[in-house]
Amino acid sequence: MSTTVLPSYEDATARYEPVIGLETHVELGTNTKMFCGCPTEFGAEPNTQVCPVCLALPGALPVANRAGIEATIRIGLALNCDIAEWCRMARKNYFYPDMPKNFQTSQYDEPLCTDGYVDVEIDGETVRIGIERVHLEEDTGKTLHVGGATGRIHGATESLVDYNRAGIPLVEIVTKPVPGIGAKAPEVAKAYVTELRDIIRSLGVSDVRMEQGSLRCDVNTSLNLPGEEWGTRTETKNVNSLRSVERAVRSEIIRQASVLDAGGRITQETRHFQEDTGDTRPGRSKETATDYRYFPEPDLVPIAPDRAWVAELKASLPERPSVKRARLREEWGISALDMQSVANAGAVELIEQTIAAGASPAGARKWWMGELARRANETGVELAEVGATPAQVAQLQALVDEGKLNDKLARTVLEGVVAGEGDPAQVMAARGLGVVSDTGALQAAVDEAIAANPDIAAKIRDGKVAAAGALVGAVMKTTRGQADAKTVRDLILARLS
Amino acid sequence: MAAISREEVAHLARLSRLAVTDEELDRFAGQLDVILQSVARIGDVAADDIPPTSHSVPLTNVYRDDVVQPCLQQDDVLAGAPDAAEGRFRVPRILDEEE
Ligand SMILES: [Zn+2]
Repeated sequence: MSTTVLPSYEDATARYEPVIGLETHVELGTNTKMFCGCPTEFGAEPNTQVCPVCLALPGALPVANRAGIEATIRIGLALNCDIAEWCRMARKNYFYPDMPKNFQTSQYDEPLCTDGYVDVEIDGETVRIGIERVHLEEDTGKTLHVGGATGRIHGATESLVDYNRAGIPLVEIVTKPVPGIGAKAPEVAKAYVTELRDIIRSLGVSDVRMEQGSLRCDVNTSLNLPGEEWGTRTETKNVNSLRSVERAVRSEIIRQASVLDAGGRITQETRHFQEDTGDTRPGRSKETATDYRYFPEPDLVPIAPDRAWVAELKASLPERPSVKRARLREEWGISALDMQSVANAGAVELIEQTIAAGASPAGARKWWMGELARRANETGVELAEVGATPAQVAQLQALVDEGKLNDKLARTVLEGVVAGEGDPAQVMAARGLGVVSDTGALQAAVDEAIAANPDIAAKIRDGKVAAAGALVGAVMKTTRGQADAKTVRDLILARLS
Repeated sequence: MAAISREEVAHLARLSRLAVTDEELDRFAGQLDVILQSVARIGDVAADDIPPTSHSVPLTNVYRDDVVQPCLQQDDVLAGAPDAAEGRFRVPRILDEEE
């Protein structure tokens, strides 16, 4: 390793201009594979979701899945692309055991969708990301390298291959180069992938989960001096979370700046993002990687989407997530910044559904962005998987509004809900939680607190109302938190006035 | 002039992961050249009014519905494999490539 001192990010972007580009793969959520009727369910025993077509047995012929074509066109339309009038699939030839055919069915110079864009908002400014192409291809099998000490391919002596994933439809979305964004490049990259994820999720064609590999991202980065030509780019793979997209661009900018500072040259290469350190390392180079000898797939007839069908698909696109966010922001009466955090937390739909279930916007947002977001963060799951449903959150807030739960108790009840103990009302009953509404019992607790704290009581009698807080605390303690603080305060002040 | 050079044949062999001896290279280059020259003659008769043709049947949009069909049994799948382990195809490690 060299001992070059890395420039700071601020320093690097003050002197060099980054250009980024992103290639994203989305695994479609179709029932069956792209060219055969094998199921696509995750987690099956190896090589049990395969057939003569996806194993490339002699004589087997592929037939395209209409749902895969439709999903690709809908993605293209949602990204403002033109849809090809006529295009063909192509064979991408390579000899590697992850495809039994020795080629991957893909698209080459005739992608299904071309020339679109996605707008993202950074600090209140709109950045337009051009979309070069959206094309359809198939996923590869999963290769397990064995025999080596580390389980990595390095040192492995053989590979075990499972073709269950081979043939699942994949959509590749390639941006045009994005220049002119300066130090915001990492943020723009993250915002783009986030927006892309939201758009595709709204279409319902994929679950777009980066952690599970149904959304994969490669990031291209280059640097140039102001006014000079774009530099040589590197491609960073293995970027498996939104946060990693940002970190990968940032660290690659710093690394390239240090190479250029030392008078070096950037090598065009594939690099791998390291989740633990946040930097990128060179991959092993495939000297012949670009020699795929593409040619039109003779076993699949050309795709010529009917214009009326395309128009119909376009007319039935769901509300664009960014438009929807603007509308909801208005309805909920929150700031752009707050809406941004709601979107980043993946809470837009959850809050929307909680409100639909009867909660106020403020109440719904409070729980999803507070307790539940914190918990999702701690346990590393998506907010939607945290263990509470919008209906349960609405019920919880209703119990608070009715005065049956105070804030502290509601949090305890929510813990029970998340732990799978049932709906809020069930948790309350089972754990014996609930605000003490028996005024007699409360009054007794208040009197007890006054008797135990004569000094404080005297202060309150003298008009130092602020001192009541200490007595409220004492009462809350004896009622194990199961009292409404405001009621207790009122009782104390009434007694000592 | 040859339609394919000895170097191109060597390159293709490398891409196809075939170990080809020098004698074989000479022989294959000659044989492939004959084939390519023959095919190239089609270009002589195809005038501008004949567009390049990738498909012999004038069909477009042949699709199937997204409905699951029966798969093969794992035993049957692996029966034709040269080697298998843990329900998977066992193949030699491919050198110098990373996933
Ligand atoms: Zn199949």
